Amino acid sequence: MSAATIVSLPDQSTARIPKMNFLTKENGLLSWLLTSDHKRIATLYLISITFFFFIGGALAGLIRLELLTPQTSLMAADTYNKVFTMHGIIMIFFFLVPSVPATLGNFLIPMMIGAKDLALPKVNLLSWYLYIIGGAMGVYVMASGGVDTGWTFTTPLSTHYVNTHVISTAVAAFIAGFSSVFTGLNFIVTIHKMRAPGMTWFRLPLFVWANYAASILMVLGTPVLAITLVLVILERTVGIGVFDPAKGGDPLLFQHLFWFYSHPAVYIMILPGMGVISEVISTFSRKRVFGYTAVAFSSVAIAVFGFFVWAHHMFIMGISNYAALIFSLLTMLVAVPSAIKIFNWTFTLYKGSITFETPMLYAFGFMGLFTIGGLTGVFLGTTGTDIHLTETYFIVAHFHFVMVGGMLMAFLSGIHFWWPKWTGRMYPEKISQLAAVVTFIGFNFTFFPQFILGMLGMPRRYAAYPPEFQALNVFSTAGATILGVGYLLPILYLTWSLKYGAVAGDNPWQATGLEWQTQSPPLTENFPETPIMDHEAYDYEWLEKQNIASQKQKEVASAG
Amino acid sequence: MDHFSPVLWQFLEKWLEHFALFPPEASTVAPQSDALFFFMVLVSLIGLTIVVLLIVAFSILYSKKRHPQAVQIEGSTILEATWTIIPLGLFLVMFVWGALLYFRIYTPPANALNIYVVGKQWMWKAEHEGGQHEINALHVPVGRPIQITLISQDVFHSFSIPAFRVKREAIPGRYTTVWFEATRTGTFHLFCTQYCGTDHSQMIGDVIVMTPGDYRKWLASSTSGDSLAQDGERLFASLSCSACHNTRPDARGPSLANVYNARLTLSSGQAVTADDAYLRDAILNPSEHTTQGYAPIMPTYQGQVSEEGVIALVEYIKNLDSDYRVQQTLNTTELAPNIEEKAAPAAKAPAARKGVTP
Repeated sequence: MSAATIVSLPDQSTARIPKMNFLTKENGLLSWLLTSDHKRIATLYLISITFFFFIGGALAGLIRLELLTPQTSLMAADTYNKVFTMHGIIMIFFFLVPSVPATLGNFLIPMMIGAKDLALPKVNLLSWYLYIIGGAMGVYVMASGGVDTGWTFTTPLSTHYVNTHVISTAVAAFIAGFSSVFTGLNFIVTIHKMRAPGMTWFRLPLFVWANYAASILMVLGTPVLAITLVLVILERTVGIGVFDPAKGGDPLLFQHLFWFYSHPAVYIMILPGMGVISEVISTFSRKRVFGYTAVAFSSVAIAVFGFFVWAHHMFIMGISNYAALIFSLLTMLVAVPSAIKIFNWTFTLYKGSITFETPMLYAFGFMGLFTIGGLTGVFLGTTGTDIHLTETYFIVAHFHFVMVGGMLMAFLSGIHFWWPKWTGRMYPEKISQLAAVVTFIGFNFTFFPQFILGMLGMPRRYAAYPPEFQALNVFSTAGATILGVGYLLPILYLTWSLKYGAVAGDNPWQATGLEWQTQSPPLTENFPETPIMDHEAYDYEWLEKQNIASQKQKEVASAG
Repeated sequence: MDHFSPVLWQFLEKWLEHFALFPPEASTVAPQSDALFFFMVLVSLIGLTIVVLLIVAFSILYSKKRHPQAVQIEGSTILEATWTIIPLGLFLVMFVWGALLYFRIYTPPANALNIYVVGKQWMWKAEHEGGQHEINALHVPVGRPIQITLISQDVFHSFSIPAFRVKREAIPGRYTTVWFEATRTGTFHLFCTQYCGTDHSQMIGDVIVMTPGDYRKWLASSTSGDSLAQDGERLFASLSCSACHNTRPDARGPSLANVYNARLTLSSGQAVTADDAYLRDAILNPSEHTTQGYAPIMPTYQGQVSEEGVIALVEYIKNLDSDYRVQQTLNTTELAPNIEEKAAPAAKAPAARKGVTP
């Protein structure tokens, strides 16, 4: 790893953060709570999802502590069940789903396409309030005793057998779901209608393509989850019997409906992260993304195929063998666009001019871990091996490689990458690089042993387990402590940098996106005047010409 | 030589003793499943190595120090085609291979010995045809195909034997099947792998694979005296099923002799095969499963019969030949001759009230 090289940090003696920007425009709590500025709403989201991430993370810590020993030594089985259920619900509905779209997407999409704001600014604020109401209900559920259905709400366990707060939790997820429907809708309308002159579809940054694909999934998938949760509530309260075999209902129907949303939801979580990686890899290798159209269309392909693979969660559940075949085949097809993306990112490095700042390190981490996560997904998409591996720690490891190794790495990469734009200040490079490496090591220590545990047959969601599984669980818990350090560090130094970080200037990475051609932090209106897109995306030669031109202008000004 | 650290040594010893990084292969399907698994591990390792090597190589060759000016490249259709087609081809190989394995695991051979397993919060209850009942344990003979017919009495459970590489969901209200043939004797884990509530992690048991001789002894020593079909016969009588289902010409219900696996026409006109699932549904939800020509007068037995009871009834009906007595109580006779002796007097006992037509 070479030393950090910040491409062009402005001269510190003259650099100042612009007095007028979206953060300083208005003051007071109300100016934030009633704002319709997409950047301020993104900031609200950033603070709130960080809060939920740390609750979810603390619960993960409790899970790992309990699994240190084979017996239920730290907490009773019931408590453990509640802890992993809340961990799943909080991490999925209140962190992963909104993480990149609602923070980075909200902050960047209007700027990237040269717009002043999202198409529906007030709906955007409504999204955040719905998210907060849902989140508050989630916290209420936790404070008042929790829920122990697993985040999958499997019927008839959730409808007839548990005595915990199923209804409140379902309502929380229902409300939070509308938040993501509105966000998705807002993005789709904005990307269609608000692009600056010259910003054609194939000049859009790949981050926008990825978020567009994810938005389609949000808008089409989430209502199905909402319907399913309503049915669970009705089943539990008035016993309508849709899922109850005693009343002629079908318990498998619930699984079909639930996974019809929850599999696409996986792509809602990962696609925006892939968008971040495209931006970061291009910027730090100073090269246009290799195969722009292939990467753009692979996002759309993932979104489309993503809707037709849900029953691969049900291969062992007595669906017809032939149905299993079809869903397995479609799952193989959805694996291909992910492979395409990985290879295109790799070849973006070819003949580039690469530097290794923190966002790039996280992006490399993403590529390695997502490749493992994706390939192990093929093990589970293959019907024959799925029988042995599903419902074990193999599946836990697989989705944590994709969601934590993939998505969280991408999120951290993006946060570091756009931090200078967001706050106007640089994060401290050395310690951030250290944090990226610590996260990578801790992650592998935590989750790689779980693949082996799964192959050995250790079932997931076990509070107690046979003693021969202990050694690998000890490794995993040890790794989790390292991972915890890796996540605490950014909180500390990023907060520190708000006051003490070096002033970033407009375009510290010399990136080509429109968001970098305005001041940091941006004005409330993003740009002093509507930009005109007269070049392709990732056109570094255009950027050089721009720099030379502005240099000349300055010289002329100083000479005159 | 003394150990450098007794604590560490103990840990290592325990680790080596308890710990294999790979589960035992104890069924005919296990090596087949592992072959595909290792093929996929190999492909994954090659794929991952290619990606990592390229990233490392490019990072060194094209670092800013060595390569200060990037060369802009649009893309390459040939390369795009390469990394679309090769992964797709490999994934399709895995798909076909996996599908063959999947059909093998979920298609029991005709000669398999059937054992019913009921999942309930939080135990596994196995019902052998010879009338042996066990909880959180499953005794099977080595070298013989065993079919497990699964059902859940409450929530979803999942029947998993990692050493055999088989798993099947136990679903409320529906029979599912899985089969295996153990290849070595020993005790293996039986797990519930579908989260099923508070004591999910206690819903574990042992699969005990025995030599045919030991298995025969076990069958003999564990039987309750009545076969499963005889239990069913008694239940059939006590529920007064025979009041309607008998062989008299004016019977209100169809005769059940030889009904198992027969093609039936229902009053809806639909043609069905009277398999286990149909028989179960016809007992619990009769109005929708009435045979053509009979009035829908049968009451439901939902809530009156446990899943074990339904299994006994189904097993009884399966064994009905020409009249309402259990003709052939045991399918396991060739394995368990002693049972036959024990079961014979029981069969003579007047369990069924009706049905013998001269």
